[in-house]
Amino acid sequence: MSGKTISEKILSAKSGTDARAGDVVICKVDCALGTDGSTPMAIDYFNAMGGKNVRDPERIVFALDHYAPAPSGATTQLHQRMREFANEHGIKLWDVGEGIGHQLIVESGRAVPGSLVVGADSHAVTYGALNCFGTGIGSSDLAAIMISGRIWLRVPETILVTLTGELPRDVYPKDIVLHIAKELGADGASYQALEYCGPAIAALDLEDRLVLSNLTVEMGGKNGVFPADKKTFDYLSGRNAETFAPVNSDVGAKYAREIKIALDKLTPQIALPHLVDQVVSVGEAAGTKVQMVYLGTCTGGRARDFHQALDVIKTGGGIAPGVQLVVTPASREVLETITRDGTLADFIAMGAVIVTPGCGSCCGTCGAIPGDGVNVISTANRNFKGRMGNSTASIYLASPASCGAAAVRGEIVDPREIS
Amino acid sequence: MALQLEGRARVFGDDVNTDYIITSRRKRESLDAQVLKNYLFEEINPNFAASIHSGDLIVAGKNFGCGSAMEVAVTAVLGAGIRAVIAQSFSRTYFRNAINNGLLPIVCDTSRIHEGDRLLIDSPDEKGSGLMVRNTTTGEDISSAALPKIMLDIFAAGGLVPYFREHGDFQL
Repeated sequence: MSGKTISEKILSAKSGTDARAGDVVICKVDCALGTDGSTPMAIDYFNAMGGKNVRDPERIVFALDHYAPAPSGATTQLHQRMREFANEHGIKLWDVGEGIGHQLIVESGRAVPGSLVVGADSHAVTYGALNCFGTGIGSSDLAAIMISGRIWLRVPETILVTLTGELPRDVYPKDIVLHIAKELGADGASYQALEYCGPAIAALDLEDRLVLSNLTVEMGGKNGVFPADKKTFDYLSGRNAETFAPVNSDVGAKYAREIKIALDKLTPQIALPHLVDQVVSVGEAAGTKVQMVYLGTCTGGRARDFHQALDVIKTGGGIAPGVQLVVTPASREVLETITRDGTLADFIAMGAVIVTPGCGSCCGTCGAIPGDGVNVISTANRNFKGRMGNSTASIYLASPASCGAAAVRGEIVDPREIS
Repeated sequence: MALQLEGRARVFGDDVNTDYIITSRRKRESLDAQVLKNYLFEEINPNFAASIHSGDLIVAGKNFGCGSAMEVAVTAVLGAGIRAVIAQSFSRTYFRNAINNGLLPIVCDTSRIHEGDRLLIDSPDEKGSGLMVRNTTTGEDISSAALPKIMLDIFAAGGLVPYFREHGDFQL
């Protein structure tokens, strides 16, 4: 038999079978996340399925992140239901203000090499950055996991993404993955895994890898997995006391497709409204006026994202009149970091709107909602019409540096023109 | 799988994401499919919800149900009396959620199905393994991709709730 991909190896281990692409396997789940967007329905399914006890409560975690803080009476009630269910069954719950569930899964050391971690939210693919099989599920599958501890999965074919060269100045991981989205298209990785490899990934820090894994689902991908290396283990040190063996793909593993990205040739990229694969160089969109700049989400809400944006804004002399800058840290740990290092004070001095750690206005359910006809440039991952809560707004997706540059000028501009 | 559905084609294009099916804002205020069905597809076709007849069939291009994995994008469709979605391709989370709730997702060539065409979804003939979609308006028969056995089992049980009530776990 031929060698295996990382995804085939993890799902083999989790199912106790010799799993190959196309096989359907039943896997033991190491950890499953439910959010306030998905868990209330999961509780309904759990009850309807006849669920009495949660099989492995220590493997389930809940996060109150989509409605943080609760913007209505109805959402407050959803939170209360989750707190009561978590309390009754001994499930860990991250309450309002602690951050986005995906970020908390990573920060708390729950996504580790070789593990299977699912989330009842599509951006669970983020965990792949830690050499983990991370994928999104719905509420009913979460209920089934709470009862059985297991999930069925079809073993995905894998697209091998080889990264070479060094990123030029002012070009960032978001630009890499927007470029990949353009190459593959919004369904180019449907039902498939992306496996990132190549000499360039050693230079990508864990925070950078999270950006690439996170956007995998915007191409339809089931998971976006990295190999593990010293940076993976350094990140996990102090977050998880166990030791983990890295899962590498075998020589001779079969790939559905291979794409190669030369990082040294990349320019800053931007996704135009209203689909993530409508990607051009930032320069091609230059001159488009923006009224809101959004820094946050499970793609671009970590400390280094804020540092990159702030650097450009400071270099450019501050925020242009008429621009609302919104800062939504991905977690309390991120908020504490940018508080300690002065970044938050700088944003506040500039007049930025600071929002509670969580999903913010990414899906239009709380936080700062754009007004009619407003153009938003955002570090997020989705720009569907209406996504941020107003279907007449237009959302552009770019790197934190490109968002910072747009804040300075009040219009889209290549960040290299600022620095 | 013995099954027969007959209805009117309601046609959408490519990349219909779950927020277009039902917005996150509506979901925030209610999870009740009987409430949410009144707002189906409001972002891209504000008149759609009022024009639905129970038994209508959704027809779409590629990548139907992309974006958020929210399950109300399936239950709200079922709440409107729509029992199948026929598309060139689906996002994997929508496909799973559909099966888990008893909404039939059918993958086939939808390029020659037009708004208002009468469609008959029928069990496969002896040779075919997937369901047959018969466009009775044009007379064309379109074959569809077969489902993995576990999905057939869950769908045949009526969804993941009755499947789990019966088995208590997944079975291959």
